Amino acid sequence: MIELQGLTKRYGDKTAVDHLTFTVRPGVVTGFLGPNGAGKSTTMRMLLGLDSPTSGDVRIDGRRYAQLSEPLKHIGALLDAKAIHGGRTAYNHLLCIAQSNRIPSHRVGEVLETVGLTAVARKRSKGFSLGMGQRLGIAAALLGDPEILMFDEPVNGLDPEGIHWIRNLMKGLAAQGRTVFVSSHLMSEMALTAEHLIVIGRGRLLADTSMADFIEKNSRSYVRVRTPQPEQLMDVLTAAGHTVVTAGDGAFEITGTEAAQLGELAAQHQLVLHELSPQRASLEEAFMQLTAESVEYHAHGAVTPGGEPMPVAPGQPQWQPQPPPQPPGGPGQPPQPGGQQWGSQWRNPGSGKGR
Amino acid sequence: MAAASAVLQSEWTKIRSVRSTIWTLALAFIVTVALGAVICLVFNNTWGDLSSDDQATFDPTATSFFGMQLGQLALIVFGVLVISSEYSTGMIRTSLAAVPQRSAFYASKVAVAGALALVVGMATSFVVFFLGQALLGSHSADIGDPGVLRAVVGAGLYMTLLVLLCVGAASMLRSPMLGLGILMPFFFLISPILANVPKVQTVARYFPDQAGRKIMQVVPDSGDHVSYGPWGGILIMAVWVAVALLGGYVVLRQRDA
Repeated sequence: MIELQGLTKRYGDKTAVDHLTFTVRPGVVTGFLGPNGAGKSTTMRMLLGLDSPTSGDVRIDGRRYAQLSEPLKHIGALLDAKAIHGGRTAYNHLLCIAQSNRIPSHRVGEVLETVGLTAVARKRSKGFSLGMGQRLGIAAALLGDPEILMFDEPVNGLDPEGIHWIRNLMKGLAAQGRTVFVSSHLMSEMALTAEHLIVIGRGRLLADTSMADFIEKNSRSYVRVRTPQPEQLMDVLTAAGHTVVTAGDGAFEITGTEAAQLGELAAQHQLVLHELSPQRASLEEAFMQLTAESVEYHAHGAVTPGGEPMPVAPGQPQWQPQPPPQPPGGPGQPPQPGGQQWGSQWRNPGSGKGR
Repeated sequence: MAAASAVLQSEWTKIRSVRSTIWTLALAFIVTVALGAVICLVFNNTWGDLSSDDQATFDPTATSFFGMQLGQLALIVFGVLVISSEYSTGMIRTSLAAVPQRSAFYASKVAVAGALALVVGMATSFVVFFLGQALLGSHSADIGDPGVLRAVVGAGLYMTLLVLLCVGAASMLRSPMLGLGILMPFFFLISPILANVPKVQTVARYFPDQAGRKIMQVVPDSGDHVSYGPWGGILIMAVWVAVALLGGYVVLRQRDA
């Protein structure tokens, strides 16, 4: 169990982590999501006592990190794959870590086997690929057989086989009842591994929700229809009470109904359809909208999607429950189809539910 | 607290498992011994060319340690890399995650580096002394002569303290480039030059290397200062070392890794 309480880190007048409060629970993979520069790595470094917080508190199993004797038996972490002295062999790298926490040296061989680096155990890590470096870092995290595991962007630089391997590893560790806390800036990656989701942007907590909830509320599903008789179909659909959005290429997008119903409706009126396909907006889109306002480094000329003004409130530590502002484009605009303000339900954890 | 012996063992594994340790220490030994031997051989072969004044103040012990002037550069590299390679490689984050008690981490690193430097330093000083004296022939000193054993042991101490000074300074600077860029020119150029500039030398003689080197002299030079004796000199150097190590600890404890 990892508990953060009002954790804050300032560098000069720049706030990297802003009053983060959340708990990471055992038994599930918790995804820690945010755009680059959101403060994920800083948070993780504070968790390990590497950086000291400006204010607030973080506890591992109820204790401060520095109070843990032999901390690697409580928490294992992969911070970055390059936190390794390249002149040391993989075996010696793990051995010196093991010795400092009185972990028996036979564990070194075991974790090398687990991550598949046995063949290069006696090679200097200088020559390792990024993927091998990640595996060595994961081996170090597993050394003490800890109940808590933390991985910072573990799939970075891995090939598809490696990504598949690490997903299964994390799920397996969580299934054993361990706490698995993994950061990423890729929503799609998290959707495949994490059961719980913590989203931050500019150091602030944006969401603390289960993945199932997140998907249910944010993966907008709609039916895409194309026809050579758009006017007639539009009339029929409107008459049937459907809200129709016209996509850029002339197709219609209809929310809140099944493809089968629309097909039958068209058949009744003898309208020709060229396309009738159920669609699901990607979670990546949902995540980008959620964090759009808080992205640290925009590409030049980028337009923030959604158009929702970000309430900038210095000194206001937490998101305050507030009614969702009306999207400027009005209902039916592509970013917020159906007039539903995206993310309004869960954006304020606790208060948004059941609204 | 993590057990002290466990952290010491870990630091020993770290230091013995990188090539730079072997290379720098071997280089320090070879350069000091080889250069010392050559100088002794030259003195022995050109003894007749020396003025009677030079012959009277000839210090066979100190002469055999002449190669240390160059050999100590390798020791500086060793001392700097022991700590700054942790920062340059990012290993420091792994190290401090494993041993969050920074005082234990630092003390173990200093102890292991110091112990290794002591062993290599003593081996170097005894080997170069006996080899040098053998090559000096009839002009040699005996280990039993007054002050000679002190000078030989002192040479080993000097090398140990120099390494510790570099460990402390590098902990403050945290970067190998910065550490080597400051310490190498200081000990190789700045300090020896300033020690020979009139007036300035009264200050320069309190520099760590100038003070520490006093213990290696057996026969006093005619123009020598008497501000401190051999043990006083090594004590001055030890104070420098203590300050550097303390400064390194403060930086390690205060700053984010």
